[in-house]
Amino acid sequence: MDFNWTLFTQYLIIGVATGSLIALIALGYTLVYGIIELINFAHGEVFMMGAFFAATVVAVSGVTGESSGAAVLAVVFVALVLSMCFSAGVNFTIDRVAYRRLRNAPRLAPLIAAIGVSFILQNIGIYWKGSNPFTPPSLIPAEYRAYNILTEWFGLETRIRFRLLDAFVIGVTVPILIGLVWFVYRTRVGTAMRATAQDREAAALMGIDVNRTIGIAFLLGGALAGAAGLIALYYNNSARFQMGFRYGLFAFTAAVLGGIGNLAGAVVGGLCIGLVWSFSDGFMKQYISGWGAQWTNSVIFGVLVLVMIFRPSGLFGATTTEKV
Amino acid sequence: MAATLAIGHEEFDSRGERRDARRKALWLALALAAAIVYPFLDKALGIDRLASWIPIFVFIILAMGLNIVVGYAGLLDLGYVAFFVIGAYANAFLTSPNSGLVQNGLVPEFLQSFWPAMAVAWLVSAIFGVLLGAPTLRLRGDYLAIVTLGFGEIVPNFFTNAERVTGGPSGISTIARPPTIPLPGDNEIAFATTDQRSWYWLILAVAVLTVFLVTRLYDSRLGRSWQAIREDEIAAASMGINLVKTKLLAFALGASFSGFAGSLYAGYITVVYPDQFQFSVSVILLAMVILGGLGNVYGVILGGLLIQSFDRILAEELNGPLHWLGDRTGIAFLQEHDVTQDRLLIFGLALVLIMLLRPGGLLPNARRRAELTETVPDPLAAPAPDQPVDTRGSDMATAGERA
Repeated sequence: MDFNWTLFTQYLIIGVATGSLIALIALGYTLVYGIIELINFAHGEVFMMGAFFAATVVAVSGVTGESSGAAVLAVVFVALVLSMCFSAGVNFTIDRVAYRRLRNAPRLAPLIAAIGVSFILQNIGIYWKGSNPFTPPSLIPAEYRAYNILTEWFGLETRIRFRLLDAFVIGVTVPILIGLVWFVYRTRVGTAMRATAQDREAAALMGIDVNRTIGIAFLLGGALAGAAGLIALYYNNSARFQMGFRYGLFAFTAAVLGGIGNLAGAVVGGLCIGLVWSFSDGFMKQYISGWGAQWTNSVIFGVLVLVMIFRPSGLFGATTTEKV
Repeated sequence: MAATLAIGHEEFDSRGERRDARRKALWLALALAAAIVYPFLDKALGIDRLASWIPIFVFIILAMGLNIVVGYAGLLDLGYVAFFVIGAYANAFLTSPNSGLVQNGLVPEFLQSFWPAMAVAWLVSAIFGVLLGAPTLRLRGDYLAIVTLGFGEIVPNFFTNAERVTGGPSGISTIARPPTIPLPGDNEIAFATTDQRSWYWLILAVAVLTVFLVTRLYDSRLGRSWQAIREDEIAAASMGINLVKTKLLAFALGASFSGFAGSLYAGYITVVYPDQFQFSVSVILLAMVILGGLGNVYGVILGGLLIQSFDRILAEELNGPLHWLGDRTGIAFLQEHDVTQDRLLIFGLALVLIMLLRPGGLLPNARRRAELTETVPDPLAAPAPDQPVDTRGSDMATAGERA
């Protein structure tokens, strides 16, 4: 069988869009792990909360696909900002209530607490939207749902679809990533975060309020997860209380792949996992019979296991010796 | 000084300790007697909850196995459900006429019944404990947790997808039940669907055996090695404990109990399918172990009974009174709320609250408690005002370095 370039490009586009989404979530894991070495197991659920909140905001606004274009854009923007704030608040509260008191406890205690928090948030998700998957309130005007930029804007005769939705995912993610990099590398607070990540005690001796800095890391991670929540809600056109588990673990895999604690690594890892996801879901079944979307979990968890065992510092991370 | 006092105190109190042990034995005997006669009460009083207690005991057997890995050896395993799957499917592969292995004549005749299959399931689970445990040996705590979680997702996913071998999402049905045991006279012990009492006693017996074995393991040389590596791996290694062997034995023995539990459960419900084995099962088991008290067998039994009886009995039973209260007070929430929807909240709260308030669990293991309350001293904390900072020592050290 000839190599199918059309399908390859198609899944490449889907992979990059999904990958940007995963990168947003992965950054939340990396920001927190970089500073307090805690796998924030509830991060996937913070993302889910963001998606649920975005759905509520859109529903309350009353704007639908039939409203004017300006109103739709305004609601998208407002929902994005609000769900970012909401998820940031949730993540910050979790840290304040559950993790901060365990800062000096044995390493596994906060991880177990995080698993508990993730279950509590899932149950809140059930109270909020029920236990079945739901479709978000309609927001994208009907004519734009399958709008293909390649044919409409560039007049290309192609079966490859680069939908407005794909462009939306990338268009929201890239500015957020640039904003994050600017924040972490160019502001005083960002410098304080990097200092705290390097050496908490030394940072405190230099006058950095460590608890406040950790809180900011949770706020930032939560905000990114909230943005991802809104994007995933409309990209998949469906949401469920369990959505955070899969996305969360895939994003964690991305963070580990890029070297946990490494911001650029999380983005690259996110793109890698997005591509693996999309190719395993769709492209592979052309070539391997019996292959399909249902193997994706095994593939990505396989990547997770292999990276953690053989390259625990990630693809780009320097090898570190374990602190005794 | 304090240590000698403590030893003296122990010697002085050994008679009291013996009294405690006797009291504990009495309680256990009473609890066991109650558990044994329960099926008669269940029928006589019309409680009709036998079918809920059987899976509760299965989960307690599982929690015992997890307790070895997490409680004794301190290896946080988030994918323990993988071994439950393997145990259950091992039985299904050997005894179900629908399994590919049986159809292709790969299973010798004598293995195609319940008891031999259970022994094989036990062995297979232990082997997979080693296979999945071995790659994690070099990893430290949180990474180990995530890798085991990965295995816990991959194994059921494999059973869902490898349809030709495993029957896919609908699984394998008609798994063999234990053969009927004829008794003198016209009596027999039959493992039927209608009268589940034989099942109840069988699973209770396996649970009691499990508890006995796991208790004995705690005090064995191996059990002490596990606790040593849990407390300080490096110190344990330098005392001559073989880390690889000890950890692998923890994984193998921990997993082997899920072989019992899995094959019993498969035989009891006669069908296995991958959706029974989700991540939440691993977390429920973890919550059982942690709520009761990591490493303490009686704590784990207590935690298991609390969590499981809420999940399988209490949640349903609470709906009635809650709705009644709602009707009386006119609060719509109470009228309509379904307590069985709260299970994730309860498991999550159990984990968080125990970690925050009582990290040793409800019945803490003494040694474990000492470990958990020992915090890393915060070098930034200001010295207490009544403790003068001794600067002499450090001055002398620097002086020594200079010299």
